[in-house]
Amino acid sequence: MVKLSRADILKLARLARLDLSEDEIVEYGTELSEILQYVEQLQAVDVTGLIPTQQVTGLVNVEREDEIVDYGYTPADLLANVPQVQAGQIKVRRMIG
Amino acid sequence: MSQWLPIADLAQKVQAGELTAVALVEQALATIAAKQEFKAIIVTLSERARTRAKAIDATIKAGQSAGRLAGVPFIAKDNFLVFGAATTAASNILKGFNAPYQAVAIEKLEAEGAICVAKANLDAFAHGASTENSDFFTTLNPHDKTRVPGGSSGGSAVAVALDMAPFALGTDTGGSTRQPASFVGCVGFKPTYGLISRSGVVAMASSTDVIGALARTTADVALVLDVMAGKDNLDGTTIDADPAGYTALTTDMHGKKVGLIKEYFGQGADPAVEALIKSAAEKLKVTGVEVVEVSLPTLPVALAVYYILCPAEVSSNLSRYDGQRFGFTSASATDLEQSYTQSRGVGFGKEAKRRIMIGTYVLSSGYYDAYYKKAQTVRTKLINEFNEAFTTVDFLLGPVAPTTAFKIGANSNDPLQMYLADVMTVAANLVGVPAISVPAGLVDGLPVGLQLMAPQRADAALLALAAQAEAVLV
Repeated sequence: MVKLSRADILKLARLARLDLSEDEIVEYGTELSEILQYVEQLQAVDVTGLIPTQQVTGLVNVEREDEIVDYGYTPADLLANVPQVQAGQIKVRRMIG
Repeated sequence: MSQWLPIADLAQKVQAGELTAVALVEQALATIAAKQEFKAIIVTLSERARTRAKAIDATIKAGQSAGRLAGVPFIAKDNFLVFGAATTAASNILKGFNAPYQAVAIEKLEAEGAICVAKANLDAFAHGASTENSDFFTTLNPHDKTRVPGGSSGGSAVAVALDMAPFALGTDTGGSTRQPASFVGCVGFKPTYGLISRSGVVAMASSTDVIGALARTTADVALVLDVMAGKDNLDGTTIDADPAGYTALTTDMHGKKVGLIKEYFGQGADPAVEALIKSAAEKLKVTGVEVVEVSLPTLPVALAVYYILCPAEVSSNLSRYDGQRFGFTSASATDLEQSYTQSRGVGFGKEAKRRIMIGTYVLSSGYYDAYYKKAQTVRTKLINEFNEAFTTVDFLLGPVAPTTAFKIGANSNDPLQMYLADVMTVAANLVGVPAISVPAGLVDGLPVGLQLMAPQRADAALLALAAQAEAVLV
């Protein structure tokens, strides 16, 4: 029986870079425990001799020509959704204090 | 009766000058406006659509071909990037995002003359089975406004059911095209994994995401697939289209076997739904098929596999929403770390955060083997059982969902209960096989879909069976 503690939830939120409200911390604690409890049923499945599936197409080493394709988009088109732009570059907040 | 002719006829009449693209677009926009109360649409692309329609009519006037979908309006789920149009995936974090490029699927449809008239509502980032997880609003079921339309492609399904356009695009990661089709009574098709490029579609769980098509008939869906299918350099998982195409629908069903999936019956589904599906299986025999029972013993744990793998992939795919390059950014953050956590904490809705948290847990060191790797290995077992079943039968059959459309609010405070709505659809995604929902009739006035599946790359045969089934079912 998995029971996630408050500390577990806070650790996960930190790993996932999510600010959670107090309500969310409590709710997710209960809900995630229930969901993990449900998926626990897999532990009983015998998978002796089987290997994990990563993908279902069977494709290997998919390659394409390494060439420049002009899609006709301008730098301005591609920067239009950026929250903060300065001199044609994406501006981010300070990383080192 | 639908106000729309079959798609092939519409395109042919537009090309022949008997109908105009402009008139079809106006018809679609007028229907969308008249049916606003169902909240199927996030945004209409009126000006863009009118401009394209005029250009298509001019092309035809000049004596040139406008393509196999000449002038045919369609509606895209709002997780498809349409150049110059807002794309939100029904999420607050993407509010205000304007697509700087275009999805390959949209590109292919437009190259054949189709016209995108609107973007449809969905559960935010396609996480859900009811559209109640949309960060904006819940779409209503046309058969009963107090019920959900299914999801996540609920807006697309309702758009088709209400005749807003001849077809709509959805996506199907765990049932998101088939289940809403079942709930509103239209056809919903999930192709073989890899058959349609996903470039320019907001990613959910990359190992199961496919693009789906919704329409009134299988013939319409087949034509749309025919246009979109095939290998694409922008999506490395794509496979070649069937050289024979998908529109013939004439595969002879005599001597073919359909396997009724044992595990989908007697396990708590609505008995009236089960009875309707069993009677549909009987009727199917008119097409020439033989119906036998098959067992896929691992099927009952497919949902548990899915709800480990899907959140794992979601947590990875949603890491790109960092508040720096696009999407919502928190104004109050003082450093980069805060900018990440606040932008994501505020920008993502409850279900997105829930899945990111689960995914982070099952991928974290110490739990990876017990959850993620175990789920991947059980996935192998499921695939093996499907392969084995397909050595004795040509198709598989079952319900799409255990119930008809449920009441709005009935599952919204119980995420696990909501996940159970996907219990009969996730297997096709995990195995990568094509699957379709076709209307099988009504239970208490609400639509029920019949689910048919086929082996990977047998999409053409599956569509043929579905088309022939349509003729005998309702």
